[in-house]
Amino acid sequence: MALLFLVLSSSAWSELVIRVTQGNDQPTIIAVAPIALNGIQIKEDIGSIVEADLKRSGLFSAIPRRDMLAFPSVASDVYYRDWRMLGTEYLVVGAMIPIGEDRYQLDFSLLNVTAQKTEFNHRVSGSKTQMRDLAHLISDKIYQEITGIRGAFSTRLAYVTANREKGKYVYRLNVSDADGAREKLMLESPEPIMSPSWAPNGKELAYVSFETGRPAIFRQNLVTATRQQLTNFTGLNGAPSWSPDGTKMALVLSKDGNPEIYMLDLASNKFTRLTRHFAIDTEPTWMPDGKHLLFTSDRGGTPQIYKLNIASKATERLTFRGNYNARASLAPDGRTLALIHRSSDTFHVASFDLVTGRMIELTQTRLDESPTVAPNGAMLMYATKQGDRGVLAAVSLDAGVRYVLPAKSGDVREPAWSPFLR
Amino acid sequence: MIHSNKFGFTAVVLSMILAGCSSAPTDESTDIEDTAVQTGQVDTSAIDDSAMMDAASAADTVFYFDYDKALLKPESRAALLEHAAALNSNPRSVRLEGHADERGTREYNMALGERRANAVKEFMVLQGVSAGLIEVISYGEERAASYGSNDSAWSMNRRVELK
Repeated sequence: MALLFLVLSSSAWSELVIRVTQGNDQPTIIAVAPIALNGIQIKEDIGSIVEADLKRSGLFSAIPRRDMLAFPSVASDVYYRDWRMLGTEYLVVGAMIPIGEDRYQLDFSLLNVTAQKTEFNHRVSGSKTQMRDLAHLISDKIYQEITGIRGAFSTRLAYVTANREKGKYVYRLNVSDADGAREKLMLESPEPIMSPSWAPNGKELAYVSFETGRPAIFRQNLVTATRQQLTNFTGLNGAPSWSPDGTKMALVLSKDGNPEIYMLDLASNKFTRLTRHFAIDTEPTWMPDGKHLLFTSDRGGTPQIYKLNIASKATERLTFRGNYNARASLAPDGRTLALIHRSSDTFHVASFDLVTGRMIELTQTRLDESPTVAPNGAMLMYATKQGDRGVLAAVSLDAGVRYVLPAKSGDVREPAWSPFLR
Repeated sequence: MIHSNKFGFTAVVLSMILAGCSSAPTDESTDIEDTAVQTGQVDTSAIDDSAMMDAASAADTVFYFDYDKALLKPESRAALLEHAAALNSNPRSVRLEGHADERGTREYNMALGERRANAVKEFMVLQGVSAGLIEVISYGEERAASYGSNDSAWSMNRRVELK
């Protein structure tokens, strides 16, 4: 396929820009002082990246820099009274120094302004190309200290874009930081690319590509860009989902005449058929125990979510409310499902509690798809439409926080939130 | 007879695409009238160029379906019978591409597109066409024929294309 490119370079095609559309009612107020650079020339503003991370979570509001009376960089230079007057509850200060050839060390502190004490000090280091990584790591530490929830700012997104350029389709598989920055092109093809799924170690993606003229499942290493075609069966080859231990993949094949869930053992390349039904069985996703799968089936007449015991092959229907519940994505608590739910002829993202059976609609848009829950369970991302364009949007699992990541151009779809990468 | 069917059908398809998503359903008949002349002219030259084509290749090659359904519509029968007869007298490999509208989830729509293409395949096999000549492939909602998030675009996208 001469028209197929495999690239790891930065692309400026559709870089995502975040707009927070709804935040928490009672956000924690924080001030992030500019990081003292001691003459080091970097293009990123680390303090601004940290501030944007925290604001995007919806749990924080930030004191603007222009309101600050001073820019302290160490705890001993802080006059708490000044910061209390600004109404901030927390203050972040930090300074960076060079420690070797393209190696920089950043010491930062989280200060509790109300209690007038240092919550913690932390030291991070990296090269000039890792400045955004340093910033996201600082955000993770601060978020965890204040909320008690592990931060997911250092994670990544995989997503597919589709454009028509000069009358031809161009499909791209991209990976970016969780905030949409540093977009990297992984695969470009004139034929559809679908269903990206992260390996649990965050180093590989599985996806569906039509580059051979038919759908086939591939796995691709994100660092080396080496890849391998895993399936080449007649009919559907779709919906790959990596097992929690990384050794297997659940997927969909229709070589038997209709779509069935299979499990592929990645070491032995052996396929095991898990469902046996004339209906559509698709969209498998693993339970954290690695022993059960959730999947979509219309065996009851309409698409609903079912649970499958891999050992016994026993299935159990989980959703009953509404005539369309599909594409489950499980939160890390193993209990909350995000899914696509149809009500009054529109398709929303809803959460579904596996224990109580309670379904809550989280979005008001009408053509939502592909929910994917962050590894800390705080937010989920999904694809929706703005006008005629596909965009990615995020909502917290309690629906209190929302933001949109509109691409500058083209159609963005099928977000997949990476696991924790450290 | 076949030719006039082909004209009428293509004209409606093209004009609906040209009318696009902006026009409300009530405006469609006007748009179809306006653009039918244009598309008819385009089609005339196309037919002139391929005067040697056999009857089946002039029959409809796109078959439409209802929402979340894979049942052949009665109006698809005549063209499919023609294709089957042509394949029986002159066997060749064909490809049935199944599609879905954008509503619902992508992988479920892949399955739905395949189910529709299989419905067409089964009909042709019942007419004596060798199953081995027919390749089925689903594109789900990935290759829309008509853009726009409205009933008319969706109805154009729930389809099987014979190639």
